[in-house]
Amino acid sequence: MSDTEQQSCPRKIFLSRDTTSLALGAEQVADRIRASEKHRGEDIEIVRTGSRGLFWLEPMIEVDTAAGRVAYGPLPIDQLDETIESLLDADCLAGDKRHPLCLGLTEAIPYLAKQQRFSFSRVGVIDPLSLADYQQHGGLAGLHLALTMSAGDILAVVSDSGLRGRGGAAFPTGIKWQTVHDVDSEQKYIVCNADEGDSGSFADRMLMEGDPFSLIEGMIIAGIAVGAQQGYIYLREEYPNAHSILKQAIASAEAQQLLGNNILGSSKHFQLELRLAAGAYICGEETALLESLEGKRGMVRAKPPLPAISGLFGKPTVVNNVLTLAAIAGILTRGAAYYRDYGIGRSRGTLPFQLSGNIKYPGLIELAFGPSLRTLLEDFGGGTYSGRPMRSVQVGGPLGAYLPAAQWDIALDYEAFSQHNAVLGHGGIVVFDDSVDMAEQARFSMEFCRIESCGKCTPCRIGSTRGVELIDKICTDGCSANNMNLLEDLCDTMTHGSLCAMGGMTPIPVQSALQHFAEDFSKQGEQDD
Amino acid sequence: MPEISAEIEQNAALLEIIDSHKALEGALLPILHAIQQRFTYIPDTAIPLIAQQLNLSRAEVHSVTRFYSFFRSTAPGKHTLQLCRAEACQARGSRALEQAIQQRLGIGFHQTTADRAISLEPVYCLGNCAASPSIRIGDTVYGGMTIERFERLLSTLAIPVVEAQS
Repeated sequence: MSDTEQQSCPRKIFLSRDTTSLALGAEQVADRIRASEKHRGEDIEIVRTGSRGLFWLEPMIEVDTAAGRVAYGPLPIDQLDETIESLLDADCLAGDKRHPLCLGLTEAIPYLAKQQRFSFSRVGVIDPLSLADYQQHGGLAGLHLALTMSAGDILAVVSDSGLRGRGGAAFPTGIKWQTVHDVDSEQKYIVCNADEGDSGSFADRMLMEGDPFSLIEGMIIAGIAVGAQQGYIYLREEYPNAHSILKQAIASAEAQQLLGNNILGSSKHFQLELRLAAGAYICGEETALLESLEGKRGMVRAKPPLPAISGLFGKPTVVNNVLTLAAIAGILTRGAAYYRDYGIGRSRGTLPFQLSGNIKYPGLIELAFGPSLRTLLEDFGGGTYSGRPMRSVQVGGPLGAYLPAAQWDIALDYEAFSQHNAVLGHGGIVVFDDSVDMAEQARFSMEFCRIESCGKCTPCRIGSTRGVELIDKICTDGCSANNMNLLEDLCDTMTHGSLCAMGGMTPIPVQSALQHFAEDFSKQGEQDD
Repeated sequence: MPEISAEIEQNAALLEIIDSHKALEGALLPILHAIQQRFTYIPDTAIPLIAQQLNLSRAEVHSVTRFYSFFRSTAPGKHTLQLCRAEACQARGSRALEQAIQQRLGIGFHQTTADRAISLEPVYCLGNCAASPSIRIGDTVYGGMTIERFERLLSTLAIPVVEAQS
C-alpha cells in the first residue's frame, strides 16, 4: 500500500476487548486514542479484537503493515496521554519501529512464535463480532463442508482426529458423538459447557470473547453430525463480557441464516440459546449442568445412564467443552490427520495452556501435547513474578495436584499426568513462589469442596467438612500417626465413595501437598520441639 | 395506601417477567435471572407466583433460589463487590487483600456496609487469572488489585464508605 493510499482511508489500530485486557486498561487506551484523534484531526479506526494472550505486554495496540501487524506495549496506564501522543508523533500507525514500546511484528514475538495456534488462530486477530472478518480468516469453511458430508463421514473425521474432551475428562469426542447419533430419538441436544470454573483457567473465556463464531460453527456441525436441532450454551455468570459478546454473535448468526431453519439455504435446522449459570462450581460437572439447564438445583446425577443416551430432559445429549466444539470446524477443513499429527501418545492435537499465578509472563500458550511442564514455566513463564524461587505448581484447577520441582519434567500429556496422580484437566497452570504455605492450600482445597459440594453424596458433603477440621488439627497438633491415618482414610472414602469428581478428586491436591510439602504441616509441632 | 399499590405493581411486574419466559424449556433459571436483574434480588413474593405459573411446588422454587449463590433473597448495596478467593489470586496475595478489604469496609463476606454502598461477596474465579488478584464490581473486572488501588477505586466510584471501627 502506498503512502497516499494509507492516508486516504482511516488507519486502523487493533486493540483487545478481552476481560483481562480491559482489566489492564484497554478501555482507557481506546478513550485516549479517540481524544487524540479528535484534537489531531486524524482519522483512526479502532478495531476491537480478542486478546493474543500475551498479558504482560498489555495493554497493547497493533497496527497493520505490509509485513504483518506490529505491536506496541505495554502502554503505561499512568502515563497514557504522553504515551499515545508519542506513539502518534512517531508515526506508529505506519508501523514505525523506533518507538521504545515497539515490540516488532506481533507474530514474531517469541512467546507467540513458539506456539502452535490451532483453536486460537483467530483470537486476537479478528473482530469477534464481524462475520465477514471470521470468513476472511477461514471461518465457516468447516460448516460449508459439513453440509455436503454425510453424518457418518463427519463422525469418522472427528473420531480419526483423536480429539478428546477439553473440559478435563478427556473422553474421546468421536465416541460420544457416535453414541448420541446412534440413539433413535426425535429430540436430541448439543450442550456447550461454558461453566469454566477452575481457578487458573481462562481459555474458554478468551475464545468466547475473541472468536465466538468458531464455537457456534462447531455446535452447528455437532448438531448436523448427531441429528440434533437444539443447542444450549451454559455460560457462567462470572463472565459478563463473554455473555455480551456471545449474545451479539448469536443474534448476528441468526440474522445471517447460520442459525435457525434451513442453515445457509440447506435443509438443516439448528437453534441455539445462551443460558446463564448462577455461581455454582458444581454445574461444570455435566450432569449437574443438565439439571441446572432443566431449571433445577445443580445436583449431580448418578451415571449410568450417560448423558449421551439420556441427557437433557432425558434425551440423547452431547455435552462438550467450549474448546472441544471450537476445534471441530478446523478439524473438518484441515482433515483428521492434520490434527492427529500434533501431540503424543493418546493425547492428540493441541491444548491451550493457561499460565497464571505468581509468574512473570502469564498468558495463553497453545501447544501440541508433549513438552514438559518446565518448558512452560521457564521458557514461556520466565520464572516467578516476585522473583523468589518457584516452589509449587497446581495444574488442572482446584482439583488438580500441587507439583514440586521434581515433577516439572512430566510431559504435558493426559496419561503421563495421571501416572503421577496428577491431572492435566483444562490446562490451567497456577504458580506459587516459596512464600506459599502448602498446609493453607490443602485446607483451602477441602474448604472449596465444602462450599461448592452439591450435597447429594455424603463423602463429599461431610468429608470436606471433616477434612477442613482435620487439617486444622494436624497444623496445631502435628502429623501424629493417628491424624495421618485419619486423613488417609478420609481421602480414601472421598476418592472412592463420591458420586462425581468434586468429592472424588478433592483429595488429589490435599494428598499431593502432604506428600511433597510435608514440612508445612507441622509448624506448631516444630515450635514445641 | 402506597404500600399496597407498590405490592400490586411489583406482582404485575413479576407476572410479566414470568409470563414472557415460561414457554422456555427449563424456564426457572432464566426467570430468576430476569427477576434479579429487575429487582436486584428475588423478592419472597416471587416464589409462589413462579411456583403457580411453572406448576412447581413452592419448596422446589425456593430450593433453587437458595442453591445458587448468585441469587439473593434481600436487596444488595448500591454496588456488589465480588472478591476472588481462588488459587490463582491466592498466589498473588489475595489472602492478605481479602483481610485488608474486609477491614477497610468493616464487613465480612455476604454482608453490606451500613451506608448500603457495598455488598461484599466471595467469588471462585473471574477468569482474570493472568492479572490477579481480581475483583469485580458490577460488570467490570479489575486486576492487579492491591489495597492502595482499592482505595483509589473507592474514590472513583464516589462511594462514601464509613471508616471501619478499630
